[in-house]
Amino acid sequence: MTESRNSLWSLAVATLVKDIRLEWRSKDALNAMLFFSLLVVVIFSFSFDPNAEESRQIAGGLIWVAFLFSSIVALNQTWARELRNQVLDAYRVSPAPANSLFLAKAIGNFLFVLILEAVMTPLFIVFYNLRALGPAWQLIPVGILGTWALVVNGTFFAALSLRTRSREIMLPLLLFPISIPAIQGMVEATRIILSADGSARFWIVLLLTYDVVFTTACLGLFGTILQAE
Amino acid sequence: MNALKFLFAAYIATWVIHAFYLGTIVHRFKKLHQQLKDLGKK
Amino acid sequence: MKRAFTIFSLVTAILLVYGLYQALVAAPTERTMGDVQRIFYYHVPSAWTAFCLFFTNLIASIVYLATKKIKADALAVASAEVGVVFCTIVLVTGPIWARPVWGIWWTWDVRLTTTLVLWLIYVAYLVLRRFSDTAQTPILAAVLSIFGALDVPLVYFSIWFFRTQHPQPVMGKGGSLDPRMLHAFLINLLAFTCFGIMVCWARYRLEMLHREVEEAHAMESLGTSSSNEASLPLSRSSR
Repeated sequence: MTESRNSLWSLAVATLVKDIRLEWRSKDALNAMLFFSLLVVVIFSFSFDPNAEESRQIAGGLIWVAFLFSSIVALNQTWARELRNQVLDAYRVSPAPANSLFLAKAIGNFLFVLILEAVMTPLFIVFYNLRALGPAWQLIPVGILGTWALVVNGTFFAALSLRTRSREIMLPLLLFPISIPAIQGMVEATRIILSADGSARFWIVLLLTYDVVFTTACLGLFGTILQAE
Repeated sequence: MNALKFLFAAYIATWVIHAFYLGTIVHRFKKLHQQLKDLGKK
Repeated sequence: MKRAFTIFSLVTAILLVYGLYQALVAAPTERTMGDVQRIFYYHVPSAWTAFCLFFTNLIASIVYLATKKIKADALAVASAEVGVVFCTIVLVTGPIWARPVWGIWWTWDVRLTTTLVLWLIYVAYLVLRRFSDTAQTPILAAVLSIFGALDVPLVYFSIWFFRTQHPQPVMGKGGSLDPRMLHAFLINLLAFTCFGIMVCWARYRLEMLHREVEEAHAMESLGTSSSNEASLPLSRSSR
């Protein structure tokens, strides 16, 4: 029992390390996405340019919408390399647990989107003169849980869309409706923390619930769709 | 009365949408029956 | 089967006509909202039917994942498509009702927003089915259906909490129901449920016919390309 669990994780970590090494060698895609995230922040700042008080109210929404669009760009290329090299076929016939591949991809995306967010957040703070009136440390669990919510379903739906026409548009089409409660959670929690308008505890618990439910669903059903591809 | 306009708009919209959808079903049925007949002839 | 369908359709049509009469003529005019309130007799039964159809899709999807029976998948497609039609009507009649009564086209209240999210999820479901043309499409769609079902309680709960923090006008039915209104409502509820079943049944038969034709096409192209070989047995066991 422990052996199978070890192999699940060790395989996931090995795949993850391989992915990171490959991404690092060809930094072009990485740099392009970083620049895209920067552009998103700038355009939002042009379009929504209120004074400091109003900006705290809508900043929560703006930041997460910007993260959402940037992460779509990252998520769309999740399986590109695997498709190119028929890796998925190899996984299907190997005895390796499908979930280790999914975990590797999801965690890889998670780390990558965190990097994008780390780049965009200081820019938002600068352009909007943001200052958290509430407990700023709570933004960390919000950021982690919210990002995972987007990434876990995004990685799953990217796999689901692999054999569809217009694969790139299929991903956001599937992801956005399903993510609505999570997005509401992220946005509301951020707004509450920034403007000290009560307690963000409910929204953090909602995000946690969302993450648990959908991580379980993704892990439970990834094998099914991998076999189906 | 102005409000009645909305009432009739709602009822008409409902049946227009249903009629349109039922129309597409009938159309697709006809097409499939035609294809079946063509296949039968061959 | 075909005769049962014809009889059922006739009964449904009669119920719908009677329901229309009840809604527009027999039911008394509501005190506060006036005649516009009669939209309620179409709006709520349509919502109920749409939710029943989406629930049917969920069950059919689970059955398909478990058994791989083609009939389950055909029912899933049918109930999803017809469900979207009824859900569209809910989202159209809702604002038409709200505008004269409450002065606003839209409000992000629990029921309307959940209905909108359901509509979005199932339109995405239909797009997935259309854009994915492999033999494995039914499995992918069934998985999406399950994800949607998991999502809906979370949507409902999150908006409900949001509304308790930011109260807004409730676009409800208002007050208690006069027994004649209840009667009109129940007749229309029954009529639209039957109508939903009837259209779904028709769509299901269309889907099975579509697969039959596809199989016939495939058999034909196999037959012409290998006309000298022994004919393949047509397997009807999967029906």
